[in-house]
Amino acid sequence: MIEVRLFATLRQGREKVVMLESQGFSTARDIIEHLDIPAGEVSILLINGFHKTPDTEVKDGDIVALFPPVGGG
Amino acid sequence: MERRYERNIPALSDQECRLLRSKRVAVVGCGGIGGYLIELLSRIGVGYIRAVDGDVFDESNFNRQLLSEQPLMGRSKAKAAEARVQRINPRIEVEPVTAYLDRNNAKEIVSGCDLVLDGLDNIPARRVLADACAEVGVPYIHGAISGWVTQVAISMPGDGLIDVLYPEGVSFRDRSVLSFAPSLCASVQAALCVKMLIGRPVETGVLYYFDLLNQEFETIKLDLKKPE
Repeated sequence: MIEVRLFATLRQGREKVVMLESQGFSTARDIIEHLDIPAGEVSILLINGFHKTPDTEVKDGDIVALFPPVGGG
Repeated sequence: MERRYERNIPALSDQECRLLRSKRVAVVGCGGIGGYLIELLSRIGVGYIRAVDGDVFDESNFNRQLLSEQPLMGRSKAKAAEARVQRINPRIEVEPVTAYLDRNNAKEIVSGCDLVLDGLDNIPARRVLADACAEVGVPYIHGAISGWVTQVAISMPGDGLIDVLYPEGVSFRDRSVLSFAPSLCASVQAALCVKMLIGRPVETGVLYYFDLLNQEFETIKLDLKKPE
């Protein structure tokens, strides 16, 4: 399984934590698309606590954290 | 030691308080975040503040912007910052710059300062600020807010922080800002700013992320370029 943790507004209409079967997901981008999150709505992506890009491969047991952009002032 | 600073002691030493009086910062943007930054930095005793904003007050500012007041509708935010600090402490020098940051004026705006503070409200202007700070070689403290969320990070010249926080194609859709988000953001930025100005240790390459709706506070280690 891959554990996906969603932060702030990415939880709207979704769960805080989503557990996914690892089969069928080769990169973090696949997970983002599966969760129907537009690419422009992910700012920070962590895999097992390390800052990564969406093209990073994912594997069984990974914890993926997704943060939306924060840009106002 | 002036009495107005006696309650800074002993959290800050006499020497650190004197050091702050000799320091120069630019606060770019005098709206939600910037208004609180100017308040906090002037009260603690930072000697010189360049307050930069080309905007004027509008009714939609009142839910969160400390400097906004009904009688100041349509008036300059940068000049309001100067006036407020003069009422708090006339010995703090405030230089109001009533212009929006752009590619033509950015280098001049960040020059001659020990540190720059990001009080901006949009991503393109933040890229301009980051480039200017990299060129001049001055660090800045990023702060941004949206809805219930606040984020803060220190950026050393040329570390590429803004490109990491806002990758190509990213956009933020939540334009709401609740009143406590800018005050929290500015408090975290101001504390980091003071530590940097007096030479206390700070951590770079991390993003402090505060979600006040869910009471979740994260310290995210970022993969930044090695500063130039």
